This record gives sequence, structure tokens and C-alpha cells, in this order.
Amino acid sequence: MVAVLQDQPIVEGRGRYRALAARRILILSGLALALALSISIDIGLGPARYTLGEVLSAIFMPDTVSNQLRVVVWDIRMPIALMAVTVGACLSLAGAQMQTILANPLASPFTLGISAAAGFGAALALVAGVAVFPAAIQFMVPINAFLMAMLASLFIYGVSTLRGVSVETIVLLGIALVFTFNALLSLLQYLASEQALAAVVFWTMGSLTKATWMKVAVTFGVLVICVPLFARRAWALTALRLGDDKAASLGVNVRGLRLETMMLVSLLAAIPVSFVGTIGFVGLVGPHIARMVVGEDQRFFLPGSVICGALLLSATSVVSKMLIPGAILPIGVITALVGVPFFFSLIFTNRRRAW
Amino acid sequence: MVALKLEDVGAHYGRVQVFEAISTDWLKGGTLTALIGPNAAGKSTLFKRIAGLLKGAGVVTVEDVREGFRPICYMPQDTGANAVLTVYESILLAAKQGSGWRVADGDLSEIDRLLSALHISDLAFRDLGALSGGQRQLVAIAQALVRKPEVLLMDEPTSALDLFRQIEVLEFMKRLAMAEGMAVLIALHDLNHALRYCSQTLVISGGKLLASGATLDVITPAMLRDVYRVDARVENCTQGRPLVIVDGTA
Repeated sequence: MVAVLQDQPIVEGRGRYRALAARRILILSGLALALALSISIDIGLGPARYTLGEVLSAIFMPDTVSNQLRVVVWDIRMPIALMAVTVGACLSLAGAQMQTILANPLASPFTLGISAAAGFGAALALVAGVAVFPAAIQFMVPINAFLMAMLASLFIYGVSTLRGVSVETIVLLGIALVFTFNALLSLLQYLASEQALAAVVFWTMGSLTKATWMKVAVTFGVLVICVPLFARRAWALTALRLGDDKAASLGVNVRGLRLETMMLVSLLAAIPVSFVGTIGFVGLVGPHIARMVVGEDQRFFLPGSVICGALLLSATSVVSKMLIPGAILPIGVITALVGVPFFFSLIFTNRRRAW
Repeated sequence: MVALKLEDVGAHYGRVQVFEAISTDWLKGGTLTALIGPNAAGKSTLFKRIAGLLKGAGVVTVEDVREGFRPICYMPQDTGANAVLTVYESILLAAKQGSGWRVADGDLSEIDRLLSALHISDLAFRDLGALSGGQRQLVAIAQALVRKPEVLLMDEPTSALDLFRQIEVLEFMKRLAMAEGMAVLIALHDLNHALRYCSQTLVISGGKLLASGATLDVITPAMLRDVYRVDARVENCTQGRPLVIVDGTA
């Protein structure tokens, strides 16, 4: 392009772009710092009132504190705090990539029925003892949740590829899926034993209180699998936001990328849901906040969504412990109460377009 | 210099055959070739087929592709208006597709050069969603050129531009094609643009290639009547340039 392009005086945008990228890295660092602070506060809070010094001692010098304190910090508070982080990150990342591949600002595991499908799958295991994949009976609950989520995802994906299907159709379809799976869940609840009913209700409210190190490790493992796979396709995923034709013209295998992303999204949505129940708000709002502050270049948007989701749920976990002293409220109830006003304030104060 | 040839090329969407058995002579680099035809004639589909985005019968051959250049690049009619990306990022995205995260100074210099050449440096840090249709078309041209194509397929690149911008873009593309030896195929509705800027023209209609060759030989009253159903003449203006003058519908 040398001959023709050089006959114009060149306006330098390079420096400004570098400054923009540096600003975004700074924003992400700030959010990560806020997340670290939120995790610390979350671990410091709980019905058992320990001082900050005692909690810090339990974390950094566990041998010097009482057995009770060590158990409270290491086996109750830390799994809850880290579960909030990993679940928030998973759901937000799932929402971000659903919004990307479906070109739909309303897409999230919750709004498109994927969380409901996962919840129904888990309830099938708990109430009826039905394993969708009987070979791995000991992991019946998460596998059921995953497979049902996958079915719902593939259904939505399949419909979205049909010609003439609009964004609105997909949202309506998602709402229909939510109603369908909720109705099936209600049916299971109606038929369930008292013990199974309590377990199913646990899903519908969403709670971190049953977090364990194993569950934290599994959800973290899902992130470890998915984040690098998305990161490798960062340019291609960003290109999808320019439209299918444009992305294809840039060499992106649009169908393949959509299918692969949808499968990863199912994993990201299903595993947390199978452990902590349906937490609705994070998957929708986490990505929108990230988009507002760092844009949609996936090199920034991907970590932005992960951190925003983690921060949102971690902060909510803190609030859920503070609202009624001595009690931990179900986090699924608090996410919307905390997140909605925050989200509205961002929408109305941010001059940049959010979608 | 690069050259493109189509042999018995066809394409279909599902069971619907959009066109079939389209063959051309070698379309040489250094020139603009117009692709004309009525609405829904299959111009975009032909471009997608040539670019390999659609499968179908026949063979598309590109010869003499230089090292470091892409054989074919297709520029669709529009680029996303919903993406929360700046113009600069959207062009960088096109340049970096398929490569790593790191952005070199050379990548950014190329974008600066393109934005300046297309006179859209002032748009560099505007969001895509804040642009007019015409501005987005100019950005789409930059996104295509940054990929360094040998054969560039431009799908109605001037449809949303004002008259000044249409002429500016077509003159720029003509100069660029000549300087770089690039083969540029442009889907156009304005036949006077085809007469003025394109040395070759392909006409498709009803799923077939109806005519191909030198533009002045292809755009004739008979073709205009058959393809566009209008009575029209091709006459030279006072400056000696050929123009299509439409008298009415046929």
C-alpha cells in the first residue's frame, strides 16, 4: 500500500491507542485490587465475631490459633469467599460470551434458560435419582446439570442459526425455556420428598453456604479450562461483534466458533449452578459493566468480565453477611438487590454506549 | 501481477441454486472490475463464493500472489454498528486476526497510514456505533485494506456515501489498484461509476453471467433493457466521458 498511502500527511493515532490500552490495563488492575479487598472483607466477616487480627493469624499462622477459629476461617469462610469469586467469574464470563456469539445484550445463562435447565437437571438427580449419564453416578448432580444446560444451549444455538431468526426470537425462546424448566422444576418439587424438596429449594434461592474446597477447585478448574480457550480466540470473538459476514470475511470460522463457545458457556453456567443454585444477575450485568469500562476488545473484555463478575458476587457475599447481623442471607436474593441500583447508576452516568 | 479466474463456479443456499456455471477470463491485477446486476442477482453470493465463504461447484484460481499478501479479501456491505469498539480498534482487529495478542508499532503505523489516506483520521477514536452509514463504509474499506489483499471483493462500497465521497473512494481505489497491482472487483449499482472507473465489467442476472468484458462493450442499451428493464442510451458527455442516460422503463 506504500505508493498511494504515503502521498497523504499521516495523522498519528498510535500514541493515543497505546494510552487507551494502558488506561484499560489500569482499570483492570484497579478492579482486581477491589476484588482482593472484597475477598479479604468477605473472609473477615461472619456470624462468629472474630477480630481482623485473629482472622489474619488463622490465615497466615494457622498453627497458632484455636481449632475452632481455624475451621471457621479455613473450612467455612474461605471456601465461601472463593466460591463467590469463582462462581461470579464463571457466570459473568458465560454471559459475556453468550452476548458476544448471539449478538444479544439480553443473553445470559439465566435469561436464556440455561441456568433453569441446569437446575432442573440437578433436581432430577436429587428428587428422582435420574442420571442423564449413568456411567458416572457419583457425579450425578453436576453432570445432570451440565448435560441439561448443554441441551438448552444447543437448542438455542440451533434456532439461532436458522435463517430469518431475529435476536428478539432468541430472547423469546429463552424466556420460554425458563418457563418450561421452571414448570418442570415445580413438578419435581411437588413430587419430592421433604429432604429432596429442601435440596431443590436450595437451588432456586442460590446460596454459597454449602461451599467446600472441592467445589471451589472444580469451579476454578472450569475457569482454568475456559479462559485460555477464549483467550486464544480473542480476536475472532471480537470480530463476531462486527457481524457474521464481516467476521467470516476476516477468516473466522463463525459456525465452529459459535458451537465451541456455546459448549464452553454451558460448562461455565452449569457447574456453578449445580453447586450454588441459580444466581441470576451476575451473568447479565457483569459483562455489561466490563463492556462499559473496557469496551469489547476481548483482550480487555475477557479479563474484565471475569473480574467484574467475581467482584460483583464477592461484594454481594459481603453484603449478604452484613444486612442481618449474625445471619447469612441467600446470595441469589441479594445479587439483584445490590446489583440493580449499581447497574442503573452506571448506565445513567456512563456517556459511552453500553451496547 | 495477480490474476483471478472463475471456471464453472456455482453456489447455493441449501437447495436454492443462486447461480451456476460462471466462468471468466483472467481478471488481471492493477484494474477495477465492476460486478453489476439487478437486486438479488447474487452479487454478494458470488463474492462470498469467490472468497471461499460459500462452497459450491467450479474452481476459483488466483495466480501470482506475493509473499506477505492475502490472496482474496471480501468486504461485506456493512460492518457492525453495535460493537463497543473504536474505529481504530476495529481496524486493528482486522489486521491482527489469526495472530497473537501483542500489537507491534508497525501494526499501528499501518492503521495510521490507512486512516490518513481515506481521510478518516478524525474518526479514529469514535465508537463504531456513533458513525453514519457512510463513515462505517469507509472504515470497512480500511478494515479490508489493512489485510493486504491481492484480490479485493468490495460489496457496494459506495452505497451509503455522498457523491463527493463516492468519487473520492473510487478514485482512491483505482490509484491503489494501479500502484499495488491489486485486482479489485466492485459490486456497483451506479453504472456511470462503472463506466468511469472500471475497465472490465461482469453482469449477472437470473443466476447466470450474462456478459463480461470491457466496460464500454458490456454496458449497452440492449443489456440495460434485458437486465434492468429500462430504455437507456450510452453517450459521451461534453468532456468525452461515456454516460448512461435513462429515458424510461422498458
